[in-house]
Amino acid sequence: MIELRNVTRHFGKTIAVDNINLTIRSGEVCALVGSSGCGKSTTLRMINRLLPLSSGEILVDNKDIQYMDARALRLNMGYVIQGTGLFPHWSVARNIAMVPRLLNWDKAAISQRVDELLNLLGLEPNIYANKYPHQLSGGEAQRVGVARALAADPKILLMDEPFGALDAITREALQMEVLRIQKQVRKTIVFVTHDIDEALRLATRVAVMDQGRIIQYDTPVNILRYPASEFVEQLIGWQDRGLRLLALQPVHKLMVSHQTPRPTTPGVIAVQESDSLRTALSLMIWHNQPQLAVINATGEESGILTHSQILKVSI
Amino acid sequence: MQRWLTPCVLISLLLALCVYMPILKPAFQWIQSDGQALVYERSSLLALLKNHMLLVLASALIGTVVAVSAGIFVTRPSGRDFLPLVSQIASIGQTVPPVAVMALAVPAVGFGEAPILVALILYGLLPILRNTLTGLENIDESVREAAKGMGMSASQVLIQIELPLAFRVIIAGIRTSVTINIATAAIGSTVGARTLGDPVIAGLVNGNTAYVVQGALLIGLLALTTDSLFEALEPGPR
Repeated sequence: MIELRNVTRHFGKTIAVDNINLTIRSGEVCALVGSSGCGKSTTLRMINRLLPLSSGEILVDNKDIQYMDARALRLNMGYVIQGTGLFPHWSVARNIAMVPRLLNWDKAAISQRVDELLNLLGLEPNIYANKYPHQLSGGEAQRVGVARALAADPKILLMDEPFGALDAITREALQMEVLRIQKQVRKTIVFVTHDIDEALRLATRVAVMDQGRIIQYDTPVNILRYPASEFVEQLIGWQDRGLRLLALQPVHKLMVSHQTPRPTTPGVIAVQESDSLRTALSLMIWHNQPQLAVINATGEESGILTHSQILKVSI
Repeated sequence: MQRWLTPCVLISLLLALCVYMPILKPAFQWIQSDGQALVYERSSLLALLKNHMLLVLASALIGTVVAVSAGIFVTRPSGRDFLPLVSQIASIGQTVPPVAVMALAVPAVGFGEAPILVALILYGLLPILRNTLTGLENIDESVREAAKGMGMSASQVLIQIELPLAFRVIIAGIRTSVTINIATAAIGSTVGARTLGDPVIAGLVNGNTAYVVQGALLIGLLALTTDSLFEALEPGPR
């Protein structure tokens, strides 16, 4: 658990972070979102003490980080940054092994862990372990960056605009990857982004920041439904709010289930239970269908979804 | 193995010339036909070569240690204030001629090897300092941030990350410094140091072109040999 209490940070006379309070429970994914210069990166960098606090306190698992050894603190927090920050003179394997080596793990344990992480991130160890960072694509490099951050199995993962420099397709793939990995490893993740869609997609809780303050801290659905101020409304976008809300909810929440799953009828337009309502709506529009069949994980038709149900989602 | 071919050939040529210079007598006869001695024999060329190399080596070692430490110091948080001053010195210092440094050093340390050593050290550390600064300053900030943010101590960041990344640039600085100093060391002969400059100075004083050519030939060859050694030692591209 990470708690920020009355945290303030000045740079000279300008106030970068203004008296913020934030509690991030274990296993949550917290997004700090806002426009550039709103203090989100500064906040993140205070959590691993790359920046000192001007006043206030930060507690990690109820211990004030100010009284902890900065290096020990950082070794127990994964850190992913925008430019990847991979060490260009080290191979991928050596990069990932960085923190375990600093912690003096034995060699066999390190190489086993490196392979494990490469597999977790979908990078074939035989191909990637001995490559150098300049031989990787942007997406691969950032995967290695994430693997490196996870290497010593820290409880907390900090990410500073981790996918900001990637193209849209790669970014989305990596976001999905992070969601998948998070399901497996259950870290407490704090990440900074200026992309509201990324925040809504990945986070369990979103903190909207403006001018050094936290304007709203709530679940993605609540941020969309009850924006706390005009600034938040602007950020989530008046026109796209409905679609963004649909994107957050899976089909199985709204569908009408059959009593028992039945075999699919060929030629019927269908969605997966795990697809978002947004995808479902898009299919309805494209195929001019007022209702869709819903298919479960085993490939049987488990229910139906009608457009009138979708329209009621925001109520 | 191919990479060692050029330095090996050049080293053999250099040593052979020092020992068998008299073989070239007919050529020197053609340059200098007024009956003066044709081959410099006041002292062994091999001994001069050894002394010349020792001077350059000593100045390179001292210069490297001083310049690299200074470069590291001014890029640390505690030494940051000195960075503008030191980098100015590194660029302006290059414009002061080594003869001037030597002339100023003679009254302080007397004649012999000492004044040229002072000049070589001062003059030679500038390119190394400049390259150390460039190498350390040009490291991607995100790399440093990542190293620090994941728990490396300041000295671990320096030794494991910064120095290896700046290594090539620093070596290039040392290479420039040594090559320049091989030429500069010859001037030491004017203040009594024993170097390959001896035949050149003696030749100039006595109007003996053959001596000048012999000295110049050996100095040039030494510079080429050293440069090719650096070339061969340079880590290959990954």
